[in-house]
Amino acid sequence: MAFKALLANKMRSLLTMLGIIIGVGAVIVMVALGTGVKESITNSIASLGSNMLIVSPAATNNGGVRGAAGSNTKLKYDDAKAIKDRIKNIDYVSPSVASSYQIVNGRSNWNSSVQGVTPEYMAIRSLEVVSGSYISINDMDKRNRVAVLGATVATELFGTDNPVGSNIRINNAPYMVIGVLSKKGQSAMGQDQDDVVYIPLTTAQERLLGITHVQSINIQVSTPEKMTQVQSEITNLLRSRHRIREGGDDDFKVNNLTSLMELVDQQTAMITALLGSIAAISLVVGGIGIMNIMMVSVTERTREIGIRKALGATFKAIMTQFLIESVVISVVGGFIGVIAAFGICFIINSLGLEMSGSPFKTSITVLPIVVSFIFSVGIGLFFGIYPARKAAKLDPIEALRYE
Amino acid sequence: MIEQSHSTDGKEVIELRGIKKIYPVGDQEVAALAGINLDIRQGEFAALMGPSGSGKSTLMNILGCLDRPSVGSYKLDGKEVANLSDDELAVTRNKYIGFVFQNFNLLNTISSLDNVALPLVYAGISKKERAERAMHYLDMVGLSDRADHMPNELSGGQKQRVAIARALVNDPQIIMADEPTGNLDTKSTKEILDIFENMHKMGRTIILVTHEPDVAMRASRQLLVRDGLITRDEGKGVVLDVV
Repeated sequence: MAFKALLANKMRSLLTMLGIIIGVGAVIVMVALGTGVKESITNSIASLGSNMLIVSPAATNNGGVRGAAGSNTKLKYDDAKAIKDRIKNIDYVSPSVASSYQIVNGRSNWNSSVQGVTPEYMAIRSLEVVSGSYISINDMDKRNRVAVLGATVATELFGTDNPVGSNIRINNAPYMVIGVLSKKGQSAMGQDQDDVVYIPLTTAQERLLGITHVQSINIQVSTPEKMTQVQSEITNLLRSRHRIREGGDDDFKVNNLTSLMELVDQQTAMITALLGSIAAISLVVGGIGIMNIMMVSVTERTREIGIRKALGATFKAIMTQFLIESVVISVVGGFIGVIAAFGICFIINSLGLEMSGSPFKTSITVLPIVVSFIFSVGIGLFFGIYPARKAAKLDPIEALRYE
Repeated sequence: MIEQSHSTDGKEVIELRGIKKIYPVGDQEVAALAGINLDIRQGEFAALMGPSGSGKSTLMNILGCLDRPSVGSYKLDGKEVANLSDDELAVTRNKYIGFVFQNFNLLNTISSLDNVALPLVYAGISKKERAERAMHYLDMVGLSDRADHMPNELSGGQKQRVAIARALVNDPQIIMADEPTGNLDTKSTKEILDIFENMHKMGRTIILVTHEPDVAMRASRQLLVRDGLITRDEGKGVVLDVV
C-alpha cells in the first residue's frame, strides 16, 4: 500500500529521497575520507620505524651553564651494546652519527647527510637494497670505507648508471659504493628520506668525524605494549652506566613515536568528526524534506483519509500507513545513499591520489554505514510522526467534506 | 444471490432515544437535533428527507457512527454506541455500517476490486479472502469484468455500483446511503434504485437520505426531518418477506 502511494508520485518521492541519499552518502564519504587521511599519515609515521625508541644525548651542563641539545658526548657505542645485552623485549639497537658533507663522483657533486650506522639500522628503518648489499658486521669491525646510497643521492651522482662498485669521495676520502636503497619517499615531516648516504658507524666515528660518542641510538621494541617498560629500563640502565646520582638530571633523552602517533590520531579523529557532523546536518535537512512532503501528502489526501476512516480505519491504521510511507522513503534513500557512497569512494580511489608520497585511499568502515543507515530510518520515523498523527487525528466528517 | 446472515424477525436494529446534538455558536447554543426518538427494524427500507439545515445530515452522521450525540441513547443492534471512543466508532462502522455516498468516494489510485476490498483490510481479513469476497460482491453488482479497472475508467453509475459492492462486502447490519443518486443520470438512478430495492427484498436494512420525493417513494418508509425533529413518519415497520 505504501509503495503504491509512493509510486503514484514518482518524481516527488525521488526528490524527497534525494535529501536522504545525499545525507547518508555524504556522511559515509566524509568519514571514509577522514579515515583515509588518518591511515595515510599513520603509514608515513610507521615507515619511520614502528615501535621505535630514540635515545639521544641531552644538553651539557657545566656548573649551570647549559649547552645546546645533543651537545653532551657521554652517549657511547658501548651504551648501545649494553642496552642490547641487558634489556629484554628489544629487537634491534642501532646507534648512529650523522653530519652533512659534499659528496663527489667525478664531475658531479651533491650535498647530503652522511650517517654512520650499524647493520641493524636497515631492519629498524625497513630499508631495502635494490642493488648491491648493505653494511656488514665485517665493514663495522674493519672500519671499511664503504657507502650505501639513498635513491636520491644515487640519481644525483650517477644518473641512470648503477653506482655499485664505483668510488665516491666524502670529505676528500674515497668510499666504495656497495649498495643502493629503494625509494622511501618523503617522511611525514616532508623530508626526502632518500637523500642520505649510509657508512659504517665505526668508520664515521673514527675516520670521518674523529669522535668517540654517538648522536643517537635507535631501538626497536618487540611489541608496542612493552614500550613504556623498555623506556624506563633504558633510563635506569643509562643512569647507572653514566653514574648519575639519585636526583641528578639525565644526560640523555629517550623519545618515542607513540606520542606523535597519538597526536595524529587525535587530530584526524577531530577532522573526521567535523566532516561527519557537517554531513550529518544534510541528513537532518533531508529529514525535514520528508516531513514537508508528508505534510503536503496528508493535506492532499485528506479525502482519502476520510474515506478510509468511514470504512473503519482506526487511528493506529492511518498512523501506520503514513509512517510506513516516510520510513520507506528514508530506508530506500538510505540504501541508495550507501551504494552512492561506495561508488564515490571507488572513484576517489581509482584517481590514484598521493599524499606525502604514499598512495591515498578512502577507507569505508562499517560503523558510519550502520550508524547513518539507522539514523536515516530514525529520521524517517521522527519526521513522519507529526504528519502521520495529523492524518490519523482528522475528523472523518470534515475529511469527507474536504474538496 | 445476496446472503443475509442477520435475523429478520423484525427486531429493532436502531433505537434512538432523546438524541440531541448541540453546537456552540458564539456564546449561544444551537440544537441541530432537538431530541429524536426513532426505531428502525431489521429489514426496513427507510428514506430520510428534509430541507437543508433541518438536521438531516447530523442525524445521518450519528446513525452512521461518524459522530456522537451530545445527549441521548443510541442502541445499534442492541448495543449502546452513543459514548464510544473514536477508535471504537471506527470498528463499529467497519462491522455494522456500509456507506454509499453521493460522490462515490472511491480511491482513484487503486482498482475497483481493491476499493471493494478496503473495508476488509481494516477488518483484518486475509488477502486471499479479501479478493474472493470483493470479487463476489463485484459480480453481484454486475461489474466482475471491471475488477482491474481504475475508478476513473468507470462511468458514474458503474462507480456507484462499485461503492455499493464496497458497502456490502463486510456484510453490515445497515446500509447508509447519502444521496446515492444525486450525481447520476436518470438511467443510472433507476439502476441503482433497483439494486437498493433488490437488497431490501433480500432483507437488508437500508437508510436512504434524499431530497427527491420520487426517490424517497421507492422506500417503504418515509421520514421527514424538520428543525431537528422527525415531523412525519409514514410506512413504519414495513418489512418485506424474504424471498
